[in-house]
Amino acid sequence: MEPYNKHESIAALMNRSNVDTDQIIPKQFLKKVERSGFGVHLFHDWRYNEDGSDNTEFELNKPAFKDAKILVVGDNFGCGSSREHAPWAIADYGFNTIISSSYADIFYNNCFKNSVLPIVVDKTTLATLMDEVSANEGVKFVVDLENQQVTTPAGNDFKFEVDHARKENLSKGLDDISLTLQQIDKIDQYEEKHKQSHPWLWV
Amino acid sequence: MKKTMYEKIWDSHFVVEAAGQAPLLYVDRHLMHEVTSPQAFEGLRLSNRKVRNPHSILATMDHCVPTKNRDLPIADPIAKKQIETMAKNCQDNNLNLYDMKNPNNGVIHIVVPEHGFVHPGMVVVCGDSHTATHGAFGALAFGIGTSEVEHVMATQTLPQQKSKTMLIQIDGELSKYASAKDIALAITGKIGTAGGTGHVIEYAGSAITNLSMEGRMTLCNMAIEAGARAGLVAPDQKTFDYLKGREFAPSGDNWDKALAYWKSLPSDDGAKFDTIITLNAADIEPQVTWGTSPEQVTGITSIVPAPEDFDDEIKRQACSNALNYMGLTAHTKITDIPVDLIFIGSCTNGRIEDFRIAAEMTKGTKVADNVTAIAVPGSYHVKKQAEDEGLDKIFIDAGWEWREPGCSMCLAMNGDELTAGQRSASTSNRNFEGRQGKGGRTHLVSPAMAAAAASAGHFVDIRTL
Ligand code: SF4
Repeated sequence: MEPYNKHESIAALMNRSNVDTDQIIPKQFLKKVERSGFGVHLFHDWRYNEDGSDNTEFELNKPAFKDAKILVVGDNFGCGSSREHAPWAIADYGFNTIISSSYADIFYNNCFKNSVLPIVVDKTTLATLMDEVSANEGVKFVVDLENQQVTTPAGNDFKFEVDHARKENLSKGLDDISLTLQQIDKIDQYEEKHKQSHPWLWV
Repeated sequence: MKKTMYEKIWDSHFVVEAAGQAPLLYVDRHLMHEVTSPQAFEGLRLSNRKVRNPHSILATMDHCVPTKNRDLPIADPIAKKQIETMAKNCQDNNLNLYDMKNPNNGVIHIVVPEHGFVHPGMVVVCGDSHTATHGAFGALAFGIGTSEVEHVMATQTLPQQKSKTMLIQIDGELSKYASAKDIALAITGKIGTAGGTGHVIEYAGSAITNLSMEGRMTLCNMAIEAGARAGLVAPDQKTFDYLKGREFAPSGDNWDKALAYWKSLPSDDGAKFDTIITLNAADIEPQVTWGTSPEQVTGITSIVPAPEDFDDEIKRQACSNALNYMGLTAHTKITDIPVDLIFIGSCTNGRIEDFRIAAEMTKGTKVADNVTAIAVPGSYHVKKQAEDEGLDKIFIDAGWEWREPGCSMCLAMNGDELTAGQRSASTSNRNFEGRQGKGGRTHLVSPAMAAAAASAGHFVDIRTL
């Protein structure tokens, strides 16, 4: 995985709540057997017109949001299915940071596996950030994972929480499987014990 | 210390917590389908890793499979490739797969209990959010992403943060024809789709113990719609009776050992939950969703709300968007909403009891003019059982289509779908925009409510029939 470095990037705004995974990546795009190439389908049904042309009404199609790496979005983002295609599409599109007041659990977990940092802010902060972006479309925020801080030109700076292990892994680009396999002896020992206490699981 | 069932299962599956890393939890059972697994197998291959415990995995094909003309090749080339990839991955890794032609085939969360593959006290995962279904057995069952699917295949563990616990206590008697589905929808209506975020729910109370195992599966299935990671029901005699004799259930000496363990699982009296919610079963009417989120739901005797009815600005906006998408006028009576298509099926309501109650409603009726009604059994076993009981005839005589098993219109990936503007009464679990087809309008209901709407052409209060 790519290490997550401090960056200054355009923040795009989607003022919608309860955006579900069916909207993030509609199911007709789930049939692929590869992990890449989902970015062009991100928010497909909102993003494109019937004839395949860009829907200019859709927020992310605004020229000012082109090349945005930060997505500022309403409450309960990523609810619905467990499909990891959702963060794959988000990362493949070019976002590496999301700022919202809450996320669905599975989606939140999936982000960290794909070098996407989901930042949680309180509702008031979110509203302030949304106001800043809509007043100044194309504005750039600085995201500093090391110091767990976001700074903005209007001074709406804030600190955010992130689990220590997740922060480490994200900033070093470590993948979970290799980390877990460092504990393989412990897993073997556990399994032996579990076989003794739950023999019916192994027949 | 007094422990909840969740804490007992957590403690018995805790492997290690390395410095600076999340605790590792051991996984007993891993369920799979064709949509969320191919990239995990690809990852495993690229890193030269193997499946650690092939026996812990049961796989099926359900999301993309056609529900008619199964003997013909799959028309959609991308779906066909996904199906073929699944077959190859299972063969290469020596995994138990119920492929499309297998008499055990069906929707993963229907098939797994049928074979007794999940037992109380297990940790169960699947790359599918409705894995929560298996909490009906008192197993900690939750959905994971594809990277985690790969992680479990390689290590038989998952890094996990401990969840908070929520007790949903429901006592009293359900009214006639109100069902587990109505309980699930009423809960989502009460606490919202984010109400359970960060929690594992335990359902308790007389209304829950009175549910059949199938009803408990329907209830736990929709824990995710209330935002929870998993749902749990304490195992009891019904659970043990259901499991006894099934293919993967313990037998002989092992049965007694397992039973002793299972009986130790229910939450201790006085165990502390982080959040407690109570509902009175008698207050739960048959439910109908009117919007594009499972929390936008109300009782059959009610009306479609107006944005002004909500205090919260976000909810007002959501209501107005939903009415717009659903083509509904505020304050329309729910019983005045017409329907075009009826779907009975899915891992929420595709079990034999669901078809029995729907057949009871359907018997001697005719599908209303301009309405299409399809019944999609959750598995070949459900289909066969229904046919043995003559239920298929009741549906067919009334003008329904009787299909082969699969996810079908629950997420409309296999070609079964609504056209824009079409309105369904559906026994599935999600009414998101476009879920059942672009522009399609979904109302979530119980099987009895769906069946009654088929002949009436609109929603009806089944308690008055
Ligand atoms: S029936 Fe629906 S919810 Fe269940 S597994 Fe299939 S698509 Fe998912």
